[in-house]
Amino acid sequence: MEIVYALVIGVLVASGTWLLLRARTFQVLMGLSLLSYAVNLFIFAAGRLMIDRPPIIGADGTADPARFADPVPQSLVLTAIVIGFATTALSLVVLLALRGLSGTDHVDGQESDT
Amino acid sequence: MSPWLQHLPVLPILIPLAAAAIILLFAESQRTLPLVIAFGSSLGQLLAATTLLYFTTDAVPHVWAEGIGTYTIGGWRAPFGIVLVVDRLSALMLVLNALLALPVLVYSIARSDRLGVYYHPLLQLLLMGLNGAFLTGDVFNLFVFFEILLAASYALLLHGAGTQRVRTALHFIVINLCASFAFLIGVAMIYSILGTLNMADMAARWPSLQNGDRGIADAGAAILAIAFLVKAASWPLNFWLPGAYTAALPSVTAVFSITTKVGVYAILRLGSLLEYSVAPLGGTWLFYGAIATMVFGIAGILASRQLQRVAAFNVILSSGTMLAAIGLAPGTMIAPALFYLLGSVLASGALFMLTGMTERMRTMTPETANSPSAQPVTYSAFRVGEPPDPHPPDAEVGVAIPSAMAFLGLAFVGCALLVTGMPPLAGFVGKLALLSGAFATLSRSGDTFRAWLLIGVLLAGGFAGLLAMSRIGMRLFWSVTGRATPRLRVIEAGPVAFLILLCIGLTAAAGPVMKYVDSAAQLLSDPQAYIRAVLADAPEGAP
Repeated sequence: MEIVYALVIGVLVASGTWLLLRARTFQVLMGLSLLSYAVNLFIFAAGRLMIDRPPIIGADGTADPARFADPVPQSLVLTAIVIGFATTALSLVVLLALRGLSGTDHVDGQESDT
Repeated sequence: MSPWLQHLPVLPILIPLAAAAIILLFAESQRTLPLVIAFGSSLGQLLAATTLLYFTTDAVPHVWAEGIGTYTIGGWRAPFGIVLVVDRLSALMLVLNALLALPVLVYSIARSDRLGVYYHPLLQLLLMGLNGAFLTGDVFNLFVFFEILLAASYALLLHGAGTQRVRTALHFIVINLCASFAFLIGVAMIYSILGTLNMADMAARWPSLQNGDRGIADAGAAILAIAFLVKAASWPLNFWLPGAYTAALPSVTAVFSITTKVGVYAILRLGSLLEYSVAPLGGTWLFYGAIATMVFGIAGILASRQLQRVAAFNVILSSGTMLAAIGLAPGTMIAPALFYLLGSVLASGALFMLTGMTERMRTMTPETANSPSAQPVTYSAFRVGEPPDPHPPDAEVGVAIPSAMAFLGLAFVGCALLVTGMPPLAGFVGKLALLSGAFATLSRSGDTFRAWLLIGVLLAGGFAGLLAMSRIGMRLFWSVTGRATPRLRVIEAGPVAFLILLCIGLTAAAGPVMKYVDSAAQLLSDPQAYIRAVLADAPEGAP
């Protein structure tokens, strides 16, 4: 499971970085989204990957300190998702504003000469 | 301590948050009441910050042992709950922030707060993020407060709109988002090894880490430091800064002059707790990166023709100076660096506000005043049906001051003396303290090359600043053609004068201030005191 998980994060980061380095604003935004997915998965994995373990207390109301999923990274991911989502939405607005003001979707607001 | 007073550390976060929420309820056409609330909030923050500063001094040792106060939110004890920590460094930064915010608020009433919507709530949220970052005792909350201040700064940078601002804001947002990702990765790596986010707890466990674990944790801290260095505008992570700080409104950049220092603060905080043992949080890497930053800043200052651009590169130079001081010798150089920080932030705030007025000397001719970039385009761009503003931004409101040119000239000379570190003002005292600290390092340790390098670059920075400022001053004030005497209002000139007077006061009171920053530096050099204060009554054997 770990290897698949690591590969998923790796592919997301690689594609995100490639898109981030493009000159079109929409591609940059997509790159940022992919990177944020990768980062969120990474934070989630910081609590170790485990299956069938309750966060601290199980359904029967008992807690087994040897068998529980760490709830802290899950809550961190939640915060990170919310913040990332809001910032991406904001950059989408800025992207549209730049498109409207400059008439091009180049990140510098003008086409390069080459 | 009285039961009410113990809630004091949380006030610098709650006051601006509440003020921003209340101001949002008013329509943009209402001006008086929101302004009163914004003022009240800024004054309240200043009051809370000064009281906290007073509590951390030796004057009242019975309040907080060792000058470090903690506040457990919701009563959950560290390291399980979220904790706010006030030590001398954070109290100093809180006061500095409040002192800068008040004149900026006054200055922005004159013009800039009407160039778009939600200026005052955003400013209050920015202050909240700054205060929170200075107060928080755990890394994840540091991230959250960084994001709050960044989100507010994105919007403030866009304030007033215009192609230039929107373009640089896009760059600014993308760079800072990437830095935030680095921040999160670093936090996750540290958490995966140490199982804690509390900085004191982290520092307490760091030395006991074994081989592989230590490597991952160190890498996590290094990635975290990269995120801080982006914010602190260290070379080569600072190419976003000149554009953004030139494009934004002068009142916005004035308050931005402290946001880069949050990065420096975070490096200082985490670095001191980990005893500068992790690569870019201290030592050689930080030092040479900072020297490169200073050289970049100097080159930029010499190459700029616009005053606002010079001021922007000066922010980079001052960040570099602080980082280099921390990198050279944390023991002896932190106190001078903190004194330098006080003068530098106040002076660059004044300089940025001054640029807003000197720009008008040349550009406020009728044709350029009506050019699209000088007009707010927010409403038209988003087709927002806001009622017409009874006070258009360019209308002359308020009382004008007499002899505007004389004031501008004097303020310009004052700012130039301050930012270049020429005698007799606070900039000089800060620089002198840095130089004498460097000479002390020189005589004590064998590392003469690095100390001489810092001394050389520091002096070159002052010289370059003087050169650029006198060149711009000559063009602004001594050229006969194309110059108009702007009408300056008291609410515009007053804040600049206030900040310069504050710097003069800082020079006059250099003794006590130096004593305080010395004690702050002393506290930083003893991370065990911080750890003891935060984890005072934590149960043994925490997971």
